[in-house]
Amino acid sequence: MIHAELGASRTKRTVTGMARLLKALRLDGMLLSGLAVVSLFGLFVLYSAAGDNTALWFSQLARIGIGFTLLVVLAQVPDHFLRMLSPVAWAVGIVLLVVVALAGDIGKGAQRWLDLGVVRFQPSEILKLAVPMMCAWYLHQRPLPPAPRDILVVLAVVAVPVGLIAEQPDLGTALLVAAAGIIVLMLAGLSWSYVLGGAVVFGAAVPVIWHFMHDYQRQRVMTLLDPESDALGAGYHIIQSQIAIGSGGVFGKGWMNGSQAQLEFLPERSTDFIFAVIGEELGLLGLVALLAAYLFIVGRGIYMSLQCRDAFARLLAGSIALTFFVYAFVNAGMVMGLLPVVGVPLPLVSYGGTSFVTLMAGFGILMSLHSSRKLVG
Amino acid sequence: MRRVRIKDDALEQRIHFQRSLVAVGIVAAIALLLAGRAYWLQVTQHQHYLELSQGNRARIEPLPPNRGIIFDRAGRVIAENTPAYQLEILREQAGDLEDTLSRLVRFGLLDAGDVARVRQLVLARRSFEAVPFLLQLDDEEIARYAVHRHELPGVLLETRMARHYPYGTAGAHALGYVGTISEDDMQRVDRERYFGTGVIGKTGVERAYEDDLLGTGGYREVLVNAEGRPVHLAQGPDQQLRTREPLAGRDLRLTIDIELQRVAEEAFAGRRGGVVAIDPANGDVLVFASLPSFDPNGFARGISRSDYLALTENPDQPLFNRALRGTYPPGSTIKPLMALTGLEYDVIKPEDQAYCGGSFSLPGSRHRFRDFKREGHGSMDMRNAVMQSCDVYFYRLANTLGIQRIHDSMSRMGFGRPTGIDIAGERGGIMPSPAWKKGAFPSAEQQVWFPGETVIVGIGQGYWTATLLQLAKATALLATRGRHFQPRLVRALVDPDTKQVTDKAPVALPPVELQHPENWEIIVDAMVAVTTSGTAARAARGAPYKIAGKTGTAQVFSVGQTEKYNEKEVAERLRDHALFVAFAPADDPKLSVAVLVENGGFGASAAAPIARAIFDAYLQPEAQE
Repeated sequence: MIHAELGASRTKRTVTGMARLLKALRLDGMLLSGLAVVSLFGLFVLYSAAGDNTALWFSQLARIGIGFTLLVVLAQVPDHFLRMLSPVAWAVGIVLLVVVALAGDIGKGAQRWLDLGVVRFQPSEILKLAVPMMCAWYLHQRPLPPAPRDILVVLAVVAVPVGLIAEQPDLGTALLVAAAGIIVLMLAGLSWSYVLGGAVVFGAAVPVIWHFMHDYQRQRVMTLLDPESDALGAGYHIIQSQIAIGSGGVFGKGWMNGSQAQLEFLPERSTDFIFAVIGEELGLLGLVALLAAYLFIVGRGIYMSLQCRDAFARLLAGSIALTFFVYAFVNAGMVMGLLPVVGVPLPLVSYGGTSFVTLMAGFGILMSLHSSRKLVG
Repeated sequence: MRRVRIKDDALEQRIHFQRSLVAVGIVAAIALLLAGRAYWLQVTQHQHYLELSQGNRARIEPLPPNRGIIFDRAGRVIAENTPAYQLEILREQAGDLEDTLSRLVRFGLLDAGDVARVRQLVLARRSFEAVPFLLQLDDEEIARYAVHRHELPGVLLETRMARHYPYGTAGAHALGYVGTISEDDMQRVDRERYFGTGVIGKTGVERAYEDDLLGTGGYREVLVNAEGRPVHLAQGPDQQLRTREPLAGRDLRLTIDIELQRVAEEAFAGRRGGVVAIDPANGDVLVFASLPSFDPNGFARGISRSDYLALTENPDQPLFNRALRGTYPPGSTIKPLMALTGLEYDVIKPEDQAYCGGSFSLPGSRHRFRDFKREGHGSMDMRNAVMQSCDVYFYRLANTLGIQRIHDSMSRMGFGRPTGIDIAGERGGIMPSPAWKKGAFPSAEQQVWFPGETVIVGIGQGYWTATLLQLAKATALLATRGRHFQPRLVRALVDPDTKQVTDKAPVALPPVELQHPENWEIIVDAMVAVTTSGTAARAARGAPYKIAGKTGTAQVFSVGQTEKYNEKEVAERLRDHALFVAFAPADDPKLSVAVLVENGGFGASAAAPIARAIFDAYLQPEAQE
C-alpha cells in the first residue's frame, strides 16, 4: 500500500490523506464541506449585515469554531451511547424547561433563558435534539410501522416539551421541536391514514389553538394575511423584508450595498431577517445558491440516514436532516411573506443564539450514526 | 388472540427508504415554492419593490434660497440675512407632540399663548418637514435649549439665514417685515416654493415684492435611515442622490433714504403721526414714516402672542400704517389747490379782494361758518388768504365753485383714490361729491347734498379725507407744475448672480395741464409767502433755501368708539391734528413733504418743524454734521 502511494501524485496523496483523516475522525467529507460552505457564506453575508458591529461578526466566528468542534466531538460518540443517552437527555431537558418556567430570566418578554452563572442558555435548544432522540429511541425497540399505542406514546413525548416551550412563549422553537418529533414518526412509517386524520384534527383544532395563542402571535398571523393593515407596526417586518428582497432583483445591489439593510429599514437584519439581506445584496442568484446548498446538505443527510445500521440511527439521522430543512423553510417562508413571523433563525447563517451550535451538534450526531454502521461485524 | 409483531429490519429499512423518498419529494416541492416566491419578488415584482426601496432611502431636504437683500437709495443695507439659530420641531421624532409643546413652554422656549398656533403649523406640514417656531434664538435661549435638549426629542436647533433689519424701527412701515408662514399664507401661495422656507413677507415692501425677494428653492436628496435621520455612509448604498442648488432672490434698491427717514422719525419726538416725502421729479418716496413705529425684527424672530397683543392693544397703534392707511381731513393744506381750482375755472382773480369778518354765511341761512380767527382777517387777496390761511375766503370760493367743480379738479390731482404706491393696503380717502354721497348713504334723505357741505370742503373739512401720500403727491404736483408720478418705494431690482440692475422706470400719471400755466406761479408764490411771512414763517426761519408750504389743522370730531374714556387722554386725543405740506427748494424742487402730527394742534407749530428738519437734512447734509 505504502509503496503504491509513493508513486501517486502529491495531490492524490493529499486527498487520500484527507479522506483517511476524515474516516479516522468518523466524519463525512461531503456533508462537512456543505456545512462549511454555508457557514462561510453566512459569515460573508453577516459581515455586511452587521454593519459597523464587527464584534458581532467575530462572535459569530467564534460560535462557528465552537460548533464545528462540537460536531467533531459528537461524531466520536458511539451510537449505542447516544441511544442510551436519549431518555436521559429528554428527561433532563424537561426538568430544565420546568425550572425555566419557574425561575428563568425574561428576555424580550419571554421566559426562555436559564442562567447558570457562567452561561446563559435556552433549555429548549437541548430538546431540539433530545426529542427526536427520544422518539427514535422509543420506536426502535418496537416493530415498525408503529402501532397506535406507540404513536400515542411518541406524541406524548413530543407534546410535553412542545407545550412547555410554546408556553414560554417561543412558538418558533416549539414548532421546530414538534417537527423533529413528528418527522421521526413519519419516517417510522406512520400510516398515511393517520397522517390524514391528524391533518383533519389539526384543522379542527385551529380555532382552539387560536384561542390559546398570545395576542402578539395572533397579530403575526393576521399580519401575514394583510401586512399593509399595520404597515408601521407588526406588518413592518414583512413589508420591509419583501422590499429588500424584491428590490435586489436577479443580481442584487451588491455586497454591502443593500439600502434596506444598510439604512436599517430591515429589522433584525443580522438575525432572523438575514435572508432578506442576501436577497437584497446578492439577488436571486444568492438566494438560489443558498437554497441549493441547503438542499445538498439535506440530501446528503437523508442519503446517510439510509445507510445507517438500525432503526434508531435511521430515524434520528433522517429527522436531523429534514428538521434542518424545516428551519430553512420556516425562516425563508417567513422572510418572503409566505409564513407568519416566528422567531426562527436562518440555519447556519443567522447570527446568534445557540442555534448554530445546536445544529452542528445535530450534524455531529448524524455523522456518528453514519460512521457507526461499519462497526457492525 | 393478538397477533404478535416482531421487528423486521428489512421491512423497516424499506419503509424508511420509501418515506425518505416522499420526504425528498416534499423538500423539493418546498424548495421550488421558495425559489418561485423569490423569483416572483425579485423578477416579476422587481420594479415595484425597487421603487419602494428608493422611496425608503432618499429623503428630499430643502435648500432654502437666500432672500433678496434690501438696500436704501444710498446703498445702505436695511434688510439682510444673518445666520441665526432657530428651533424647529420634527413631528416624526417628537413622539408625543403635546408633551413636547408643554415642555417647551415650561422651559421658556415657547409662549403658552402660541401653543395652539405652533401645533396647527406642525400638523399642517408634510411629514419629515421640520417646522420652525422660534427664529433667531438669543444666547440665553440657546443655553436653555442646550440644558433641556435630552428632554426635547424632535426639537432641533438649526442654523438658518434669518431676516435682520439693522435699522430696527426706522422705516418699518415702508419696509414691512417677514414672519412665520401662517396657515392663511399657505392658502395664498404656492406651497412648493416655500418648501424649506420658514418665513414670508407680511407687510410693506417685504410683502409687495415677495415674489422677487423669495428666490427659488433648491433641494438635496439625502440618505436617510429607517428613523428618517440623515446618515452618511463611507461606503454602502451607492449615493446617486440629486441636488438642485437654490437661486437667491433678487435684491431691492429702495427709494427710501434711511438716514433721512431717521431724521424724520426723530423729529416727531415721540408724538404720533406720519410723514411722506416724495421726489417730485419721479415719485420716489424718500421718507415714509408712521409713528409710533415697531421693531420688525420682533416679527422676523417669531413674535410671541403676548408681544403681539401688546402691539395690537397699544392705544397708540404702532402697527397702524398712518402713511398708507390713515385717512384724515386734509384741512387747510389744500387751500393752495382750492385757489388754483378757482383760477382755473375763472371764478376768481388773484387780486380780487374778499372781506373776512370772522365768519361766512350762505345766502338765506343764519348758520355761520367760523374762521379760526374770531375777529377775521379783514380784506384779503388770494396771496394773503393762502398765506394767513383765511377760512372765510375759501368758504366763499368753495361756494362759488360748487362741489362738482371742486371734486373734478381735486380728482385730477389725485384725491379720492389710491396713489398707486407699490405696496399693498393703500387707502384712497374720500373726495366727496353729490354722486359720492348717493353711493355712500343708504336712505334718500341722507343722500341729499347740502350747500353747507360744499362750504366746509373749501377748507379741507367735511367729508373730505385724504392720505399723507395723496397730500405729498399733490404737493409734488405743484412743485413740478402738473407732472406727477405714482409714488414708489422700489426703484431697482438687482440680480444676485449677475449683479445686473434692472431700474424701474418712474410711472408718470397723466399730467395736469392748466389753461393758464402762469397760475402755477401765483399759487407757488403764495405758498412761499406762507413760509416767509405767513403761518409757517417761524418754522422756515433761517433756511438757506426757499420753502413753498401750507399749514393745516384737521378737526377731530369725536372720540373713536373703541377708545376707552379717560379724561386726560381724551382731552389730548380730541385736539386737532396738525398738518403741513411743503416742497423745497421752491425754485428748484427736490423734495415734497406731507406731515401729520396726530392731536398736534396747529400745523405751523407741530408739523412744519418736522418738514423743516427733513429739508435741512436732505438739502444740506453737510450742515448736519
